[in-house]
Amino acid sequence: MDSKMIAVAALVIGAGAGFFIGKGNKEVVEVEKIVEKTVEAKQTSTLDAVRSKGFVQCGVSQGLPGFSNADDSGKWAGIDVDLCRAVAAAVFGSGDKVKFSPLSAKQRFTALSSGEVDILSRNTTWTMTRDTQLGLNFAGVNYYDGQGMMVPKSLGVKSAIELDGANICTNTGTTTELNITDYFRSNNMKFNLVAFEKADEVVAAYDSGRCDVYTTDRSGLAAQRTKLTKPDDHMVLPEIISKEPLGPVVRQGDDQWFNVVRWTLRALINAEEMGVTKANAASKASSSKDPALLRLLGKEGKFGEELGLSNDWALNAITAVGNYSESYEANVGPNTPLKLDRGVNALWSDGGILYAAPIR
Amino acid sequence: MVSNGTRKERATATNNESAFIRQEDAPILPPPITSAGVAGWLNDNIFASMLDFSTLGAAVKSILMAIFTAFVAYIFFDQVYGLLDFAIFSAVWQDPEEQKRQVCWTIEQGGKLPNGWHGACWPYIIAKTKFILYGAYPNESLWRVNSTYLLGAILLVWVMIDRLPYRKLVGAVLLTIYPIFATVMLTGGGFGLSQFSVGVNTIIGLALISLGRAGKMGWITGPFLDLSKMAGVAGWFFIFFAAALVSVGVDFDLSKVDTRDWGGLLITLVVATTAIVVSLPLGILLALGRRSSLPVARTLSIIFIEFWRGVPLITVLFMASVMIPLFMPEGVNFDSLLRALIGVTLWQSAYMAEVIRGGLQAIDKGQYEGADAVGLSYWQSMRLIILPQALTRVLPGIVNTIISVFKDTSLVSIVGLFDLLGATQATIADAAWSTPVQASTGYLVVALIFFVFCFGMSRYSMYIERKLDRGH
Repeated sequence: MDSKMIAVAALVIGAGAGFFIGKGNKEVVEVEKIVEKTVEAKQTSTLDAVRSKGFVQCGVSQGLPGFSNADDSGKWAGIDVDLCRAVAAAVFGSGDKVKFSPLSAKQRFTALSSGEVDILSRNTTWTMTRDTQLGLNFAGVNYYDGQGMMVPKSLGVKSAIELDGANICTNTGTTTELNITDYFRSNNMKFNLVAFEKADEVVAAYDSGRCDVYTTDRSGLAAQRTKLTKPDDHMVLPEIISKEPLGPVVRQGDDQWFNVVRWTLRALINAEEMGVTKANAASKASSSKDPALLRLLGKEGKFGEELGLSNDWALNAITAVGNYSESYEANVGPNTPLKLDRGVNALWSDGGILYAAPIR
Repeated sequence: MVSNGTRKERATATNNESAFIRQEDAPILPPPITSAGVAGWLNDNIFASMLDFSTLGAAVKSILMAIFTAFVAYIFFDQVYGLLDFAIFSAVWQDPEEQKRQVCWTIEQGGKLPNGWHGACWPYIIAKTKFILYGAYPNESLWRVNSTYLLGAILLVWVMIDRLPYRKLVGAVLLTIYPIFATVMLTGGGFGLSQFSVGVNTIIGLALISLGRAGKMGWITGPFLDLSKMAGVAGWFFIFFAAALVSVGVDFDLSKVDTRDWGGLLITLVVATTAIVVSLPLGILLALGRRSSLPVARTLSIIFIEFWRGVPLITVLFMASVMIPLFMPEGVNFDSLLRALIGVTLWQSAYMAEVIRGGLQAIDKGQYEGADAVGLSYWQSMRLIILPQALTRVLPGIVNTIISVFKDTSLVSIVGLFDLLGATQATIADAAWSTPVQASTGYLVVALIFFVFCFGMSRYSMYIERKLDRGH
């Protein structure tokens, strides 16, 4: 009896193990299938993948005023966010078909190359290393930033060149640290670097007078300035010590998706140049006689189809977020807490360097 | 005169003359003013140490003590007053005109508050409450989170109050049905039903349970009896797993909420409770494994524990969120919250295992031998003799680890999850509310929330310690 039971038990356990092994094999096969599928997907395109899942997955920052941060209701806003909404609108006709993944600075490129996000629109500086070594492509520049310096007016300094021996506050582990060192070295000046992990700490230290200079990107200076006890007692020095062209990034090797993102950005800039706004885009599309404008808004030619989209792609993008200037004014412009003038981010025709290739 | 009386009289007379005997109780006097009430307390605890001037040495000591006391008192009241002043007395509470950040501006900044004002800006927290507590979780589905919280709180409190009936049953529900309920409620469920997985799990589960039954009925004896009992227990796990698969697979017509939209306190609680609840049994198994005489179990446990304990949590999280996606085929994405959950849980169970091992080693050898002597099997002796004593002894250590993992959950913000701290930091980045006091207010709230949870756990563990105290 006992030995029989043991035999039965052994059989049952064996059968169970068999199930497991069988299941394991099946899983291996399934994974292989998924790999095949994704290889196929890769061969087809990000655009098709985006279409089939029904939304654009967009990587943004964890909170950077004016560029990407959640508002009171938790809705994402900012110029980086607007770009993603514009791409979503160009693809789907609606700027709401986008989901945002907040990414830390360290994980952003992995998230993009692993396919977790379709666009990385996260105030990312376009550098040669990133462009050539990470398997990524920068689709353009939506904000020309640069590292600046803020000093209290009481210091009586008019130019960064007078800052010999200054205490300088900044964030650790960013290129700002490197740039400021380079700048002071090349000008043969002494300085004392006081670095903190979080922007809040840097502001607090600067506000309490622990250092004479606060250096970071100029957009960041504008944002942090709003947290000072006496914002008007401080001024940003004219020197810009680094070039920080910020723009959307996509994976390398998918030219179609690259083009979609790149031309959506250009369409927004071109729209500003032609005076097309969120409000008047639809009426201009039906009433205007200007051929350049009609090409942009999809009434002439098949520019959208060449991108793999519908011909009213740009019209949809503009209706969703407005032209470049509208997005700028709403998020970082003089009427926002950041109070950033257009500066170099003005159109080429207004003395800036914003220049989008024409749609024709 | 003495010799004239009787013996009794003599005795009485002697007594009356030689000593006074009080016939009634002495009146109860109030205690000296210096040892009762507030004054007494102050005297005993504060002033007594500074009032001794009998010798030169004692006088110097008293003076030094007085100076030190005054210094400590000053620091204490200054800090407490500073905090209260910031958080309550000077704080701005309302924003009736919806001016946002301008309501917390001083005159210099263009607002109405006096210059040099420093206080909390509560309207900012009120506006961000939803984000700090739930992240970007859709507003219309918040009731799902709330009802999950509510049910969890009811069940938990039920288990914690000794007088209530069915506590074991409620505890079982809390550990089995509740997690499934929470998963379905929070995510929306409807992951799709894999009939194959459910089927396989059910069959294996039933097979193992019948094996266990066979053991109980006495059909299996000898060395396999233990095995069959374990099989019975394992079988229920399989059945439970199958049930869980069915529950999350069925579409309850709830809208799906992506874990990317979770945030704030919700993420903190999900990560912390999962890590705590899963790591405790896992830690017990690992600790037993490490103390086991079976070489395979011992080696595997040691490797597991030493690996996870030797790696910082930040590294684990980075591996989980940065490296795993690279190993996975393109397009296959593991949920980022799930990745962090697994990482934190495994890391935590290694620590838990070491705490529990400490308890196991503290148990006297005689207990093990006694358990063996009365003929208990390994699992019986562990369950009935060793573990109850070991766990009681290391309860402070266990709670310590639990509190520390609760706070460590804020590390998940570096992998892009908005936990309580991360969500608050995201709101601090909102320029619409940016003022000099924005960051201080935000961090104050985070500190308060963390404190409430950790202090609560700490107090409850002290209660449990007193309850379980056997006086040895």
